[in-house]
Amino acid sequence: MSEPILSLRGMNKSFGPVHVLKNVDFDAYAGKVTALVGDNGAGKSTLIKCIAGIYTAESGEITFEGKKVEINGPRDSTNLGIEVVYQDLALCDNLDIVQNMFLGREERNGITLDETHMESLAAKTLDGLSVRTVKSIRQTVSSLSGGQRQTVAIARAVLWNSKVVILDEPTAALGVAQTVQVLKLVRRLADNGLAVILISHNLNDVFEVADYIAPLYLGTMAVQVETKNVKASQVVELITTGKSEGVVGVNA
Amino acid sequence: MSVNTDNLAAADEASLKSAVLDYVAKVKSGDIGALPAFLGLITLGLVFTFSSQFFLTARNIANLITQSTPVMVIAMGLVFVLLLGEIDLSAGFASGVCGATMVLLINDHKFPWYAALAVSIVVGVALGWFMGTLVARLRIPSFVVTLSTFLAFQGILLLMAGNGGTILLQDRFIIAVENNNLTPFVSWIFSIVGLTIYVGLGLNRILHRRRKNLKSEPFNLWLLKNGALVLVGLGLTYVLNLQRGNPPNSSIKGIPIVVPVLLALLVAGTFLLNRTIFGRHLYAVGGNAEAARRSGINVRRVRTIAFMICSGLAAIAGMLFASISNSISPTTGGGTTLLYAVGAAVIGGTSLFGGKGKLRDAILGGLVVAVINNGMGLLGFSPGTQYLVTGGVLLVSASVDALSRKGANVS
Repeated sequence: MSEPILSLRGMNKSFGPVHVLKNVDFDAYAGKVTALVGDNGAGKSTLIKCIAGIYTAESGEITFEGKKVEINGPRDSTNLGIEVVYQDLALCDNLDIVQNMFLGREERNGITLDETHMESLAAKTLDGLSVRTVKSIRQTVSSLSGGQRQTVAIARAVLWNSKVVILDEPTAALGVAQTVQVLKLVRRLADNGLAVILISHNLNDVFEVADYIAPLYLGTMAVQVETKNVKASQVVELITTGKSEGVVGVNA
Repeated sequence: MSVNTDNLAAADEASLKSAVLDYVAKVKSGDIGALPAFLGLITLGLVFTFSSQFFLTARNIANLITQSTPVMVIAMGLVFVLLLGEIDLSAGFASGVCGATMVLLINDHKFPWYAALAVSIVVGVALGWFMGTLVARLRIPSFVVTLSTFLAFQGILLLMAGNGGTILLQDRFIIAVENNNLTPFVSWIFSIVGLTIYVGLGLNRILHRRRKNLKSEPFNLWLLKNGALVLVGLGLTYVLNLQRGNPPNSSIKGIPIVVPVLLALLVAGTFLLNRTIFGRHLYAVGGNAEAARRSGINVRRVRTIAFMICSGLAAIAGMLFASISNSISPTTGGGTTLLYAVGAAVIGGTSLFGGKGKLRDAILGGLVVAVINNGMGLLGFSPGTQYLVTGGVLLVSASVDALSRKGANVS
């Protein structure tokens, strides 16, 4: 068993009197897809926002590549190589694919934008992800389908040699064919050596691509399990009751 | 070799076709661009040429251009604000206030014209900073902020004009901007050098992209656009170099000095919008402010700077107003000025919803507005009818903008 690239231990977070995360442990491994599942209000979003630096946890330890780190803001997590693709994608419809991928981090050539360099890099990244569904990378995002937009958002996240990519419900708004495409892309990310954290409500998706499943139940991590060792019914049990007979965790 | 060129030609033809298809797709996705304004301008030009013998004369064309420049410059400033999805209703009176500042500095404080102009631009930028800060930090709707400053600036202008009412300008350099012309020889040089640089840069860009194996604009299309531009440019230079005074009493020939001034602003502004990080961020904030914020863009700063640029350009328009009428009056920048400027930007293709538009829209739309007024005036229509028609054209443009946006959201 290799060491996790990102490891959380004993994370706690409250909003006023509401204790949202209670001593949560969580691991993500390079080259693997770890699915974070749980019912509404279980604390999935809070947990990833703690990783992304949007919230700061009250207590708990974050280890990244074997070193203890502090994440106090979005910059910290970006600098570590952690990228988040939020559910609303945060793309500018009026800009083209290249412009969106480099938004906020444009390459410069003196005071002017280095368009050709950015375009080449963007094309290379999309090629590396085997994305061939877009006709031109100079078309505006408003002309893209939902799946293509998701692809652009994911490509933007991996453009920066990131090590951990967090995907928040990437297939929630997609049709069947596009869901298949995006799941293939998620798998490819992991095969390229990234640690992928996938938040999903859809257990079919989770069983299709995830190597590990981490079910949250009312703010506590039930037990992080290997996908091949569990059945869907057991995961449902973990999500709804927090325990299930005969399930062995990876870091137990 | 011949096979190779054949293939190249075939590829070019195919890509011209695909360029047309791309444009249709672009329109469907809500980006209608400047084509309607362009076609409208040609249509209007043809209609007025055939219905009035005075329309296509050197004198009328020169007048049309010089008189519409202040509104075009204000419209250029408004493009920056409109790209954010905001509005600046006070730009007209900001130009009046800044123009009055400049003239008073020249008259009462004996400033040289360039120092007075520089101070008036600084005043404009400061006014823009004030409004931009209120909009960006307190998130007061720009409509309300600039409506207040619209009234306030009108008040300031009245106070500055004082009891005399009108402040006369006597500086011959400032007056020359709108009233004098380049000599015919210099006009030709200016026109040929300008066009050569433009065409050369475009060609260089295409070749650079080809070298890097990136998709570039179809060569045919580029040739078509640039050929048309060169023809229009040289044609205009020829017409403006014709005698339009009454020799031997007066001789008026050449490109009005304000044309190079306007083009310089256009080039500088287009560079800022298309080639710099600030420009990219401006479009991003106008398209999706939340996405821009999450990408680490300082949204407040972008918003504030846009208002500063808008009022700064209004200050330059104030100089042009002073130059045209040799004076600043309490109504300078009032009346229909702001409405025509907003109309010019929107008719040119800038979206009121933010995120879409180019600086050249201001000039294209400004020409449409100017041609309507000029042509209808020549045909003897009353100002009432002119307002009605201009209002109708603006409404049509805004509807096209809204409908194309709606179409994009449905698909």
